[in-house]
Amino acid sequence: MTAETWAIARFTVLMALIATAMVLPPAIGIGWLLARRNFPGKTLLETIVSLPLVLPPVASGLLLLWLFGRRSPMGRALDAAGIEIIFTWKAVVIAMMVISFPLVARSVRAGIEQVDRRYEQIAATLGAGPVRILRTITLPLASRGIAAGAVLGFSRALGEFGATIMIAGAIPGQTRTIAVGIYTLVETGREEAAWVLVLISAVLAFGAIYVSNKLIEQGARA
Amino acid sequence: MFNPAGRRAATLLLRLCVGTAVLAAVGTSVAAQRPGLVVSVAASVYDALDEIAGLYRAATGVTVALNAGGSNTLARQIVEGAKAGLFLSADEAQMDAVARAGRIVAGTRTRLLANELAIVVPKSSPDFPLARLLEGRIARLAMGEPGAVPAGVYGRKWLEHEGAWPRVEAKVVPFPTARAVLSAVEAERVDAGIVYRTDAMSSGVRVIANISRTQHPYLDISYPAAVIAGPSEAEARRFLEFLKGPAARAVFDRRGFGRP
Repeated sequence: MTAETWAIARFTVLMALIATAMVLPPAIGIGWLLARRNFPGKTLLETIVSLPLVLPPVASGLLLLWLFGRRSPMGRALDAAGIEIIFTWKAVVIAMMVISFPLVARSVRAGIEQVDRRYEQIAATLGAGPVRILRTITLPLASRGIAAGAVLGFSRALGEFGATIMIAGAIPGQTRTIAVGIYTLVETGREEAAWVLVLISAVLAFGAIYVSNKLIEQGARA
Repeated sequence: MFNPAGRRAATLLLRLCVGTAVLAAVGTSVAAQRPGLVVSVAASVYDALDEIAGLYRAATGVTVALNAGGSNTLARQIVEGAKAGLFLSADEAQMDAVARAGRIVAGTRTRLLANELAIVVPKSSPDFPLARLLEGRIARLAMGEPGAVPAGVYGRKWLEHEGAWPRVEAKVVPFPTARAVLSAVEAERVDAGIVYRTDAMSSGVRVIANISRTQHPYLDISYPAAVIAGPSEAEARRFLEFLKGPAARAVFDRRGFGRP
């Protein structure tokens, strides 16, 4: 394995870890909201949350590129504040977050829905507030669903291509991930290096699926 | 003969078969509508060729489908067996790759066009001297992938000739075509870009420098065209003759392409 492919693999795993860590809190929030609360516009929220799952990732990427580019109000504000997003590693994380968010949120929701509401009700009759119930009852009991969601989101983030190439590009040593790397290496006639990345991604995918299957299996036994 | 579950399964199977047959029929009719000639064309010449394909259709009734992209991508597709009848590349290196794979019809390779590089910045950019780019005082420079995309290979040659490559290399955002570079500059996603003069002519960017052929003779930007071996060879030969003819030449001239 060359230093270059190794650096690409390390960079991708690091970015996917950051993206997963940043996606978890909002995904848990939305997942809980969808599992436990009824409110007007719930179906709308559900649909919006799932959108990046169905939308072609390049389409999400173009939307992000516009949103963070200098032509949108948000992009102008970021530019004025001296914050550079597009074509930097931050853009890689944002692309991974947007694309993996639906998977994590849906998995969290399923996990929370499986928690017996009676435990939460009992805790409430004993005087626990909603935050405490969430922290000590709901989330611990839903931890397997949350963990499975995190693994799923992480795996999806590892393979992210369409949105990443749009908003982060394929800058060697700066934004080039495994998926983007495979594409650009083949495009530039360095197929051998691309095959090394294919091998690395196969190993990573195998590990992630193995872990998530183990989690599901343990969940079924518990 | 069947229990209810078996009957359900049989019905499902039948439906699947009918569905597949319908899809196959639709697929075949779509395939039947495919045009007679596919031309793989460097993205920088797409607009010109699109216009010429319109003239050709009016003159002959033959529809030409254009497969536009980076010349390196197109060359790869052809080497792997893509059914292109004609290849118009933005550099000789990519045509050489196709020739090495034995896909070119002998004697059909022609230098069709010439071009030059232009350095462009967003319209909104105030005073932007070329020195700023050459000294590396820039955050993002868009160019074709310097290892493969012709516009990027030429751009790198120029930067190396100016002695600026070491300072600029880390600022490069690589793109698959010069056209993609142009869009990135237009949308102000980068500070500057290296494109072809012909791209810069037709768009909302500001040209800060033209890298002329006379001052930079080492940048011999020529577009070779060649017929690709395959079933549409005869049609491709006719279209190549049309591309060399006066009607096509007028379009190329108007769009700023030179003669090699």
